[in-house]
Amino acid sequence: MKHIIKSVAAFITGLVVLTGCNNSNQSNSKSGALASNVAEKVYVAPGEHDEFYAFISGGFSGQLSVYGLPSGRLFKVIPVFSQDAEKAWGYNEETKPMLETSHGFVPWDDAHHPDISQTAGEIDGRWVFINGNNTPRIAKVDLSTFETTEIIEIPNSAGNHSSSFVTENTEYVVAGTRFSVPIPQRDMPIKDYKGNFKGSLTFISVEPEHGHMDIKFQLIMPGFDYDLSHPGRGKSHGWFFFTTYNTEEASTLLEVNASQNDKDFIAAVNWKKIEEYVNNGGGTMMPANYAHNVYDESTHMATSTLKKEVLTVNPLEVPGAVFLLPTPKSPHGCDVDPTGEYIVGNGKLSANLTVHSFTKMLDAIEKEKFAGDAYGIPILNFEDVLAGSVEQPGLGPLHTEFDGKGNAYTTFFISSEVVKWKLGTWEVLDRQPCYYSVGHLMIPGGNSQKPWGKYVVAMNKITKDRYLPTGPEVTQSAQLYDISGEKMELLLDFPTIGEPHYAAGCPADLIKPRSKKLFPLEENNHPYATKSEADTKVVRDGNIVHVYMTMIRSHFSPDNIEGVKVGDKVYFHVTNLEQDYDVPHGVSMIGANTSELLIMPGQTETFLWEPKQEGVWPFYCTDFCSALHQEMQGYVRVSAANANTPLKWSLGEDIE
Amino acid sequence: MDTIKRIGLVLACICLFFACKNENQETQSTTPVENTEEKVTERSGQAFIQDDEGTPNCLQIAIGSPDHKTLVAAVQAAQVENALVNVGPLTVFAPTDAAFAALPEGTIDNLLKSENKNTLANILKYHVTPGNLSTTILTKLPKLGQANNQSVQVEVVDGKPVIGGANIIASIPAGNGIVHVIDKVLLPPTED
Repeated sequence: MKHIIKSVAAFITGLVVLTGCNNSNQSNSKSGALASNVAEKVYVAPGEHDEFYAFISGGFSGQLSVYGLPSGRLFKVIPVFSQDAEKAWGYNEETKPMLETSHGFVPWDDAHHPDISQTAGEIDGRWVFINGNNTPRIAKVDLSTFETTEIIEIPNSAGNHSSSFVTENTEYVVAGTRFSVPIPQRDMPIKDYKGNFKGSLTFISVEPEHGHMDIKFQLIMPGFDYDLSHPGRGKSHGWFFFTTYNTEEASTLLEVNASQNDKDFIAAVNWKKIEEYVNNGGGTMMPANYAHNVYDESTHMATSTLKKEVLTVNPLEVPGAVFLLPTPKSPHGCDVDPTGEYIVGNGKLSANLTVHSFTKMLDAIEKEKFAGDAYGIPILNFEDVLAGSVEQPGLGPLHTEFDGKGNAYTTFFISSEVVKWKLGTWEVLDRQPCYYSVGHLMIPGGNSQKPWGKYVVAMNKITKDRYLPTGPEVTQSAQLYDISGEKMELLLDFPTIGEPHYAAGCPADLIKPRSKKLFPLEENNHPYATKSEADTKVVRDGNIVHVYMTMIRSHFSPDNIEGVKVGDKVYFHVTNLEQDYDVPHGVSMIGANTSELLIMPGQTETFLWEPKQEGVWPFYCTDFCSALHQEMQGYVRVSAANANTPLKWSLGEDIE
Repeated sequence: MDTIKRIGLVLACICLFFACKNENQETQSTTPVENTEEKVTERSGQAFIQDDEGTPNCLQIAIGSPDHKTLVAAVQAAQVENALVNVGPLTVFAPTDAAFAALPEGTIDNLLKSENKNTLANILKYHVTPGNLSTTILTKLPKLGQANNQSVQVEVVDGKPVIGGANIIASIPAGNGIVHVIDKVLLPPTED
């Protein structure tokens, strides 16, 4: 009997194997027949271009990666808040000032939310803005050079997380503090947080032509945590919405203490009203200390300026400008649909998604139907502003994006899935698993009036078994879904750099034609630029030596230098004389305590070398530039500190 | 006896053979493929990763416990495994088999029916709190917001937290939170 059972068990096992195997085979066949279909959808043939750019932030890598969609191919990693030895970013003398702050040189940050500039509510592809959380900063990346060209520090802020989202004509890029702090900073007991700490919401104006950033005003709000934000658009243009948590104002064990209130708030800010107030002389200028770093494409150099004051606004002084919308359970993402009517609060500890109505909000404000106030800021009634809720769509809702066809897509961290639902009816239409623990998702143009609802990219925090293992630290990932049909379809799963925290995307055609190929040499205004080999020279000023050097395929000029002494500070100012697309040169000197330089055609960059030993020391081109790349090298003779070796240089002949 | 065993093996082999044969055949129709795809989805995710090195997560603790057979069966029936293995952190209140047995007769059998999957999932989610909450912390909280979106009251009796009338018998730290073994099944209030 026992054995019969055993055999039955074996038979069943067999069946299971059959079904199981069948499953995977059919799934493979799906991957066979259908999968060739899937593969075709992400296959971009050699030499062909992707349809979309995706700018995926690197989170704790401090950088921004440029990918193509649908292929998932990585094109470039743009250093923003972190030094990058590959590109000399933050190492060469020209870009070091970009990482200056009021705290000194800070060579790292946590880069979270890229957002592409907009005109008339549509993505214009000119700049990407991105926030540094840790030492609060907002950066602007120029999408003609794909380089970071401006960084502004945010005073009175900490954990700069509800940032860096742009209004629909890029009037402002907005940065909200996550952590409330004493404003101004001062020595005080932590336990006195409640009522004394404040949260700043910073509106940075963007000059339309060059994108230069300037803090227009800071709204000084109650001491909540401001988590995420998005601008109104269309009918709600002129407003900005911020999710809050820790309305309990706890300063310890927030894991528990910030989850006590059934509802926190979405703060609705009428920035147009505040702008008007400020333009009419409103607000209080307060002392501050923050860096504003600007890279000048003409001089190929950055300058850092410390600013000393900031205009602050007390919300109580601008009646009708700020309201609080009760929203369940520590809402995280704060997402506004393309029409501007719906404001989605992704209550991360709630099982439901709460959607507020802009129209109902205006109506409640007009009728002055307030449920109370928080530090004088009117609180609206939950029921009065509620458009609807999506009931039990998943566990741990974080973020929502829109396809422009009336559908919304929300990520659920705990249940690891993307759920598609319908705006207005709030019904769940489809769900697809994520592998695993998804954070943000991105639809190209999803933060504008005009999303391109063809793909959604889900960004996962955890991958565990999804790729070949690489020790305890395994790659995080992005997953591409086709959302053009009724049901979502997983197409691709690709590894990312750092934490793919969030992304912004748009059709490649918006950016491609404007991508710069080289820097015209005649427009190079670098003070140490050398525009021809005839002008190269070496100049001594005390123990400082300036080398005016050029590079062209396949030599440096000069390539022999004598008269440098131990203890000198030698600045190599190197100009790439090439005027040909995609011919950068690199340079590095043995023992230089810095990175290589990677110099684009027409550009000048500088590195510092402090020779410590006598000898003859070589330098060479570090970027494989040409057939004679290996010949692209030179020597510097270093003499004793008290030697009399004359300062001489040459190219093509011996130094006599 | 051995013969029977062999037949079993042969059957298994045949099955494998068929399975492998399938591999070479391209799919003929898309309909069964769609079904299969869904089946694959149901049984994929973090819950199905083999990992013997880390501290056991909430699900692994329940599976490894001799007193939680009903709970594990319920979790599997409701297909909420992946929610219990997430990085969390999660606090899971795990009723013992005795607690389940104390429910009116037939309740569990009824809940395990596939048509009651959502009700069962709702009950199970009512046993999960986001956050890693020790008994000390639990004594300081008047109520807990559960994963099914309802709240459960916490009372303190003799210095110990009582969760919706259930006593905590034991507490086991998990890789992704904590499991509190409780002596009563928590039933979500019909109105919250």
